[in-house]
Amino acid sequence: MTTTTTTSVEAAIRAANADGRAALIIYLPAGYPDLETSLACLEAAAGAGADLLEVGFPYSDPLMDGPTIQAANQVALDRGYTPDDDLAMCGRLTAAVDVPALVMTYYNLAWHYGGVERLGAFAAAAAQAALAGAILPDLPAEEGDAWRAEAAAHDLATVFLAAPSSTGPRLDAVAEASSGFVYATSTMGVTGERASLSDRAAPLVARLRERTGKPVCVGIGVTTRDHAAEVAGFADGVIVGSAAVRAAGDGGPDAVAALVRDLAEGCRRR
Amino acid sequence: MTAPSPAAPDTAEAVRTAALAGHYGRFGGRFVPEALMAALDELEAAFTEAADDPAFQDRLRTLQGDYAGRPTKLYLAERLTEHGGGARIYLKREDLAHTGSHKLCNVLGQGLLAQRMGKPRVIAETGAGQHGVATATVAAKLGLECVVYMGEEDCRRQRLNVIRMQMLGAEVVPVRSGTRTLKDAINEAMRDWVANVETTHYLIGSVMGPHLFPLLVREYVKVIGTEIRAQVLDREGRLPDAVVACVGGGSNAMGAFHPFIPDAQVRLVGVEAGGEGVEGDRHAATVSGGSEDHPRDAHDRAAGRVWAGPSHPLDLGGPGLPRRRARARVARRHRPRHLPGRNRHPGARGLPAAVAPRGHHPGAGAVPRGPADAAPRPRAGPRRDRGAQPVRARGQGRRRGRVAAAHRATR
Repeated sequence: MTTTTTTSVEAAIRAANADGRAALIIYLPAGYPDLETSLACLEAAAGAGADLLEVGFPYSDPLMDGPTIQAANQVALDRGYTPDDDLAMCGRLTAAVDVPALVMTYYNLAWHYGGVERLGAFAAAAAQAALAGAILPDLPAEEGDAWRAEAAAHDLATVFLAAPSSTGPRLDAVAEASSGFVYATSTMGVTGERASLSDRAAPLVARLRERTGKPVCVGIGVTTRDHAAEVAGFADGVIVGSAAVRAAGDGGPDAVAALVRDLAEGCRRR
Repeated sequence: MTAPSPAAPDTAEAVRTAALAGHYGRFGGRFVPEALMAALDELEAAFTEAADDPAFQDRLRTLQGDYAGRPTKLYLAERLTEHGGGARIYLKREDLAHTGSHKLCNVLGQGLLAQRMGKPRVIAETGAGQHGVATATVAAKLGLECVVYMGEEDCRRQRLNVIRMQMLGAEVVPVRSGTRTLKDAINEAMRDWVANVETTHYLIGSVMGPHLFPLLVREYVKVIGTEIRAQVLDREGRLPDAVVACVGGGSNAMGAFHPFIPDAQVRLVGVEAGGEGVEGDRHAATVSGGSEDHPRDAHDRAAGRVWAGPSHPLDLGGPGLPRRRARARVARRHRPRHLPGRNRHPGARGLPAAVAPRGHHPGAGAVPRGPADAAPRPRAGPRRDRGAQPVRARGQGRRRGRVAAAHRATR
């Protein structure tokens, strides 16, 4: 199941790196504050310098998410959007922008989409929407074979998460299973804005570097341009979620664009 | 504090192989963020070592006896037996255990494990408050810091249990997200655990969560069924015809049923809260009325309807129950049905919120065959009004008469 061809996800990160930047990856949930505005916000992020987009598909039990993303999720759920609505929006997004987009959601959604053990249905739908991959934060590497097989069959990258608490053997498994990039969570905790970057991010990235040549990107708690600059010093990509979600809620596409431009400055290596 | 233990997987291949152990057919597994995976390995290693440690087992046995008050009594409910006119109905008096429910069995075991792992803090979810009270009690006993997550709505409904937990020194955190009931309390406890896993044990109280938890809970609650089996044999000189247990999060039923698995002649009947009827969307019948493969699930999430998925091993066919039972139940569930709605409290971990006042119910009853099969007939078809739905673990409705009498005893 080893991915031999470089995915568009990995290519986008490498291109940013070649340009003297850490790749900037922006997470925004589909349907927040509504479906059309979420599309506009994602387009604005791409236009303002994001190299990759993560589109969150809201789920009723987001146990990896802190208050900001939980609240945004709930707004989208209360509006009654379904995964098909989210996928349709992604289809429009991928037609409109030239950066790859990944779906980020919980495994239950992929599991249930076409009926149990028909993971291929969700993979096919994601591919149909021209998504480039998936991040399923509650799918650990060793449980991921079934999904990875379906994802690979539809040319989707699958990004697995590594945590500061991961043992060496676990990091081996995560690095081996990941395609596109490896998602290094900077801290032990849920998503959310934080005042300072965790000092556990850099050692985790170093431990992953010993194991893989795949790109390593850092997320969770990366909030400001200074954080982005710090992460750009040791990782291949910078993932920003909650801060972008807050901008989308506070000021819509314009606020997202302003934030992304600022973060992109931080990502540029000097 | 998290020194690698001998049983923790030490190669990537071992990590993958170990994962297979926690699966029960299509159920089980570990579907949680990576941050928790090392702690789950650590827990499994500690549990395995403790199982072989006579000192640990002695301490647990002593606490179950002198502190928790086990074995609990088996009581012949004479008036109920007379009223039913069929089975001799015994009640297993779990309400007489310390803290007033069967919950302490599991909590004592896990509390000692937390201590063994050197974790100074435990967290727990609770619905009605019984598990929270048991956890707060054991935390006080063992000198552990304790935080209990409880839906705001449940805190309001079960205020006395909140006060009781606070008196025991626990912090009770009212959860205001989602439906403000048990499933959201579980989500919040998981978030706490992700952030504090290095110092904290998540003391799960139901047959749910990532592997090892369903197995762990089963191992610590099966003392209930072991006692029932010995007590019925002692009183009746034979095994019961049926064991009937209510099913909320599954710990009571799992505890009562598990030791009877090898006894094919003993019917095991789980009874779930049917609310307004399992055909509707206001009930808490996870097993009878939940879904495992309804394609509409993904589309029903807007109403909080996403139901038991891969991380949701609440299942009577789960840890240690033979497949034939799981098949019987699954077949019943293949009927298309409307999925549970917002008030159904579908659990993050596939759990209904245990919102009904649960205090002082006898957890399970054992039903030896009576002199005549004169028990009242159950109503035909599913009840739509209220009350309980029997889970036909096997036999699919045959010989239901005797069961109905016992079934009434559990309400």
